[in-house]
Amino acid sequence: MSVLVFVEHDNGIVKKSGYEALAYAQDLATANNTTVTAVIINPKNADLNALGNSGANKVVAVNGSNLDHFTPGSYSHVLNTVAHEDGATFAVVSGTYNGKAVAPRLAVKMGAGLVSGVVGLPESDLSVKKTAFSNKAFAKVKLRSDKKIFCIVPNSYEVKNFGIQAEIVQKSIEDAPSPSKVTNVNKTTGKIVLTEAELVVSGGRGMKGPENWGMIEELADILGAATACSKPVSDMDWRPHSEHVGQTGITIKPNLYIAIGISGAIQHLAGVSSSKVICVINKDPEAPFFKAADYGIVGDAFEVLPKLIAKAKSLKSA
Amino acid sequence: MKILVCLSVVPDTTSKITFKNDNSEFNREGVQFIINPYDELALTKAMELAEMNNGTVSIVNVGLADAEPSIRKALAIGANDAYRINTEPKDAMYVAAQIAALARENSYDLILTGRESIDYNGGMMCGLLGEMLNMPSINVVTSIDIENGTVKATRDIDGGKEDVECTLPCVASAQKDLCEPRIPNMRGIMAARTKPLNVREAVNGFDFASYGSYELPPAKAGVKMIPAENAEELFDLLRNEKKVI
Repeated sequence: MSVLVFVEHDNGIVKKSGYEALAYAQDLATANNTTVTAVIINPKNADLNALGNSGANKVVAVNGSNLDHFTPGSYSHVLNTVAHEDGATFAVVSGTYNGKAVAPRLAVKMGAGLVSGVVGLPESDLSVKKTAFSNKAFAKVKLRSDKKIFCIVPNSYEVKNFGIQAEIVQKSIEDAPSPSKVTNVNKTTGKIVLTEAELVVSGGRGMKGPENWGMIEELADILGAATACSKPVSDMDWRPHSEHVGQTGITIKPNLYIAIGISGAIQHLAGVSSSKVICVINKDPEAPFFKAADYGIVGDAFEVLPKLIAKAKSLKSA
Repeated sequence: MKILVCLSVVPDTTSKITFKNDNSEFNREGVQFIINPYDELALTKAMELAEMNNGTVSIVNVGLADAEPSIRKALAIGANDAYRINTEPKDAMYVAAQIAALARENSYDLILTGRESIDYNGGMMCGLLGEMLNMPSINVVTSIDIENGTVKATRDIDGGKEDVECTLPCVASAQKDLCEPRIPNMRGIMAARTKPLNVREAVNGFDFASYGSYELPPAKAGVKMIPAENAEELFDLLRNEKKVI
């Protein structure tokens, strides 16, 4: 019996979602009197001892054929191999794009039940809370299977410091199948990734046109935030679809969401309502978004934004 | 080429979500049901690929009879035939097991799903079907082409995109940007009335999950308004009151 956790990294730098999954796994293991085995694949020069600090009792660092790039087939094979050797009864995977690709394949391989969208630890009867109806609600799900996989929502569990001295195991797996292969990776560099961002500055139709996005980007830049937009804005090609947050776009859960010139249609709220703090700036005092906000400013974006930019600058230089 | 599109029927995006029977059940009253928007993209892409490769498009839905209007709509958009597997879609694994059983019988070359359903948002179907059917799976694809039996797709990753190749048969899930959804025309609507909609019974297996109760997110404590002329105070509050910047 153990809790297996898939630790995702980017070129040797463990993702925040990976640390969150480790913390979740350790708390789950403690509640079930067992230990955490972290699996990191093709780890390059990742700091493996740091994984102990973040919740792993054992770290299995796997290298081998077909593991240079992520593919769901090869990575689920590796995770299943370690899960089998370790007798894992739980597996924890963060619900990133790659996490959602690997978790279902692992579940079928392990014969495990699977819950995706998990936002908290299981209760004493092992039922877990998951998001439903695009963040408009939560559901409690109980798995009857002996083995269970929880795919947790990024930014829903705090990273913790456990101070564990993990046992480090180097492992080579050469028989991973590779039914698909990655031929090219294209990452935007130097920008904060929206799905991982703790702070997000977002613009809507009230910004009047793509030429005015400089102010949104400047504010985001000073705060260290990612930029986002509403559906109409991406539909009109003012901004790329990859920035569209909402029910049919990206769902985000940052600590701070600043919405400028967005009225707050129910579909938009679905994508952002789990943000910890929501600030709404809109010139229409009747905009529905104010009802879902923590702070609101009724005002014209073109008058309010310069004030916010100046203030952010002074705070950062203080 | 035979393409299967997995179609889930979900509450319309504008729906107000409520529950009944002591929060144990979703309240369907007054809710309009639609084809899951991502599945609509999968369907349109399937039509495009079928047109280019001289193929056919089948629809599968796991659900009860009330899903049929949406299945007919998919047939009106242009799918050739449809299957409804007559059971409550209890959870992703159970639904995947139903679809996999159908797919094993009919050996499709390509299976397309939406990247997630907007009711349970799991995002698991693509990988589940891939593993159950022993096929490669590529999730969140924003483009997909087939050249001489090779699938070339672009998928989202955190902070970017990557290109992925595999051979047919395979499973892929549709992300926004894949295509513009098609709207049924009058000819399609007429034709859909006589297209085959086969109803099958469910198979056993992977029935692990049970949903207990539902809850709504906690209401916000109320909005604190800041006058526009003192907009900069917002950041003082965010720093001192909420400690988020």
